[in-house]
Amino acid sequence: MKVRSRSDLETLRAEGLSTLYPSRLKISVGMATCGLATGAAAVYDALRDEAARRDLDLMLVATGCLGYCQQEPLVEVRRPGRDPVLYARVTADRARELIAALAEGELPTEGALAIIPEEKPPAGSKPAGGLPRLNDLPFYSRQHKIVLRHCGLIDPASVAEYVAQGGYEALAHALLDLTPEQVIDEVLRAGLRGRGGAGFPTGRKWQICQAVPIQPKYVICNGDEGDPGAYMDRTVLESDPHSVIEGLIIAGYAIGAHQGYIYVRDEYPLAVERVTQAVARAEELGLLGENILGSGFDFNITIVRGAGAFVCGEETALISSIEGGLGEPRPKPPFPAVSGLWGKPTVINNVKTLATVPVIITRGADWYASIGTEQNAGTVVFSLVGKVANTGLVEVPLGLTLRDLIEGIGGGGLNGKAVKAVQTGGPSGGCLPARLFDLPISYETLTQAGSIMGSGGMVVMDEDTCMVDVARYFIGFTMAESCGKCAPCREGTQYMHQILTRITAGEGSVEDLELLEEVALWVKKASLCGLGQTAPNPVLSTLRYFRDEYEAHVKEKRCPAGVCRALIRLSILSELCNGCGLCRRECPAGAISGEKKQPHTINPELCTRCRICYDVCPVGAVEIVR
Amino acid sequence: MPLIPQPPPPAGGALLTRLHAINAEHGYLPEEELRRAAEELGVPLSQVYSAATFYAAFSFQPRGRHTIHVCLGTACYIRGGEKLLEKLESTLGVRPGETTDDGTFTVETVHCVGSCSMSPVMRVDGDTYGRLKADILPRLLRRYQTEAGGMSDEGT
Amino acid sequence: MINLTVNEQPVTVPEGTTILQAVRAAGVELPTLCYHEGLAPYGACRLCMVTITAPHHGLVASCAYPAEEGLMVETHSPEAVSARRLALEFLLSRCPQSEVIRELAAQEGVTASRFGTPPPERAEELCVLCGLCVRVCREAIGAAAIGFIGRGMERRVGTPFEVQSEACIGCGACAEICPTNAIKIEDRGNERILHTWHTTVELHSCPECGRYFAPEPTGFLKDMFPEIENLWALCPECRRQRTARQWIEQEHTRAT
Ligand SMILES: Cc1cc2nc3c(=O)[nH]c(=O)nc-3n(C[C@H](O)[C@H](O)[C@H](O)COP(=O)(O)O)c2cc1C
Ligand code: SF4
Ligand code: SF4
Ligand code: FES
Repeated sequence: MKVRSRSDLETLRAEGLSTLYPSRLKISVGMATCGLATGAAAVYDALRDEAARRDLDLMLVATGCLGYCQQEPLVEVRRPGRDPVLYARVTADRARELIAALAEGELPTEGALAIIPEEKPPAGSKPAGGLPRLNDLPFYSRQHKIVLRHCGLIDPASVAEYVAQGGYEALAHALLDLTPEQVIDEVLRAGLRGRGGAGFPTGRKWQICQAVPIQPKYVICNGDEGDPGAYMDRTVLESDPHSVIEGLIIAGYAIGAHQGYIYVRDEYPLAVERVTQAVARAEELGLLGENILGSGFDFNITIVRGAGAFVCGEETALISSIEGGLGEPRPKPPFPAVSGLWGKPTVINNVKTLATVPVIITRGADWYASIGTEQNAGTVVFSLVGKVANTGLVEVPLGLTLRDLIEGIGGGGLNGKAVKAVQTGGPSGGCLPARLFDLPISYETLTQAGSIMGSGGMVVMDEDTCMVDVARYFIGFTMAESCGKCAPCREGTQYMHQILTRITAGEGSVEDLELLEEVALWVKKASLCGLGQTAPNPVLSTLRYFRDEYEAHVKEKRCPAGVCRALIRLSILSELCNGCGLCRRECPAGAISGEKKQPHTINPELCTRCRICYDVCPVGAVEIVR
Repeated sequence: MPLIPQPPPPAGGALLTRLHAINAEHGYLPEEELRRAAEELGVPLSQVYSAATFYAAFSFQPRGRHTIHVCLGTACYIRGGEKLLEKLESTLGVRPGETTDDGTFTVETVHCVGSCSMSPVMRVDGDTYGRLKADILPRLLRRYQTEAGGMSDEGT
Repeated sequence: MINLTVNEQPVTVPEGTTILQAVRAAGVELPTLCYHEGLAPYGACRLCMVTITAPHHGLVASCAYPAEEGLMVETHSPEAVSARRLALEFLLSRCPQSEVIRELAAQEGVTASRFGTPPPERAEELCVLCGLCVRVCREAIGAAAIGFIGRGMERRVGTPFEVQSEACIGCGACAEICPTNAIKIEDRGNERILHTWHTTVELHSCPECGRYFAPEPTGFLKDMFPEIENLWALCPECRRQRTARQWIEQEHTRAT
């Protein structure tokens, strides 16, 4: 089939509706990377095999990620005419039990997390059956899903299901009803800002590029997502690839480009696979290629797989990487919108930015602008991870506070521990202390506080996290990822890493702290590209907010969090130890000895202070002496 | 304009795609394959070599049958990825970048595989394992030692 | 033409000029390592940092920043000076053996580095990674015989696989352009040895005196540019002699 017109889209929509809401039993398993990492594939197989064994008529689908990764693997059971029920932390055994129950016409309550109503329930109504509605769970109640609108709800391999949810409607509207200028105007008025980190107004970027009288032009989707500790873009690419493709075609139409690229991070094989399939499917249907939807507009997409270089997320480095060179940034201006890929005008946008575009075109600029705050319209997606009770992917209106996110949605610290800090923006961002958690989230507030919005990484840290060690970790990362072109970043990160290593080894001095700050400020100011210019942020922000921890390291040679190996010692409290021997078996250094049922001891000569014993001891008998 | 005339640049992404293909086929980048790629794509060999040595995804050494990537992304680091690595090192007797003597495993570290909510995470070949604890490593490794490997029955 | 101010002194420069060129046109000295007027701006050494005070504010690398109408530039603002000094201090700790770096640093008042010395295996390091050799070889010559290898602190320059290069034409442009004389090149008998590149090329001998003078692989030049046919045919000494003889003969015929 070819989709040549709006009515062809309608046909596709009908097909999508029939698989989204079939008149038979349907079970969906969340099979994005995070689901797979916790055994979703085994769950899927168990469901399939058990259903076959019991002759249960069943439509089994693999969907993407619903965001509540804490509860993965997630399985949704939909019986015709009933509200679907979501099961959490499903194992293969539980999957078999589920099928057994369903075969008897029953629905087990064990493990059921929530129902997902398909119709909008009347306000204030209580769902029947005692289960909460998904959107009433604390994890979801403050979320507003725009970018993640389809994630986990549709089969990412089905373009029909995407269309059934309103997909490609925006493309039809843009290509058939709007001029490029009107499209740009809509995006501009919506107030959409780039979600790759810097927050540059997207409509403005398109306007600049459109105005350059040079052809050909290019559009690039930046799916390099280099922030270690963040996976928003992966989720969108894996769970809803067509939303990105649609956004990219619209961007191409707006600026007058006929060739697009999607650059996907190498460490995301499943995302590469899913977008590749989605592009092929769109080509097959004629949603890519010549004369799209009969509009006369031609557009093609090439997928480029990155190869493991954080710097390639930086736009000029990404361009040079596509061109076939090393990922080496070049000075700006000229900006890519004026001179980008092969020196031609090029728009680069983040995955989430592009996935938002179709919604703006369909629902209008005013609607989008009404969400969030005046200067920070719309929603932002965070990957809430680290030492937080509920980990997962969350999308909230801009303007919510950090506390709303970490305590409200995240449920506070892991295992009830006190949260000490949060790191936003990854290696380019900073660590903000808990006392700043009432800050509303916006590009400006986070920057003023010494961090950045970044593309959505949010790593929560508790009292067991050493902030000096965290700074050393991030500088170690940027040092390894620096392209090495410019002197401040190449030499400066290396030197900062040396100082921080010295401090965490208990060999630092007070002067080191001054030197560290001096070098950090220089690297920030003098580096060529954003990598170097932001690399010192983790250092500067920890120096600013957690100076006491630095001072404990250099003055008292003490690591308050009990992390830095040279400054701690492990010992077993003989009055608590019951001699179970677990620590002895798990110690990678063979440093623990003891008879069964007798108190064990640690040989400090052999101990590498990895703290595995501390983690595994079932009775809490291992003590970290700081 | 350079003195020596230059061929037109390769198509967008062509060099990276080619390097990935070579790396996937051989497990590393053999010299003669890089020379051939340069010739066929019309790209200077120096550029091919620069790219090949720039990116972390490419290797110049043959690898073991299975590659283990221990994630040391921020989330995994904060939640004990290093301990996992340390346990793996002592179990297999290799350091990151090295291959076990029997050629079964190559151990690498990686900065995030995008499963941060399941941290700490490890990837063996294409399979990702989340919510790992050091004590289940031996069981997990055994699966790859004995057969071709694959996802567990129950997940982890 | 573009009008701007450098250290409060007005300058006028043509379109497409960089701030650095404007600074130099104003007669103000600014050190650079990775800049060369014949090559595209690169912005790697960060010695040429200047402060823009109006109409916007910022510390920028002048070699890569286009001159704009009305720009006010300060070359010796405190932040520009301290950025330059720190860059030199780091270069000094990278290449303590480099005469050029030591002199350059001294000119800016930097005589010692707080940032340590290189590890033993790089104790003799002279390369500052300005990339001029790589760029001249690719952008100007078009041989692209050398490139960057590795990334970050592992970064270095070299030939593919760090063995004899088949693309190198032995022209020596790299050694000529290197600001720190890091590239060792030597003519020995009928060979030119580019030690740094593990490469040896044959030299072409003068049909008259037999002396070796031009790298054999540069022979293609005479096919491309007929005007240098003569240049390539004879060694400079024989060409000088031949020209002199021609002059004398001409004088002779005119006189008679
Ligand atoms: C070191 C570095 C890494 C970056 N990584 C990413 C990335 O992974 N994804 C992304 O979209 N933008 C990244 N950016 C920002 C891009 O350069 C660029 O601003 C962005 O892709 C523009 O898209 P937007 O306007 O939609 O945000 C990075 C920037 C720097 C300096
Ligand atoms: S700041 Fe770092 S990554 Fe950016 S150009 Fe300089 S060395 Fe390369
Ligand atoms: S060898 Fe010389 S020209 Fe080449 S990068 Fe090093 S310092 Fe620059
Ligand atoms: S930090 Fe480990 S998967 Fe992201």
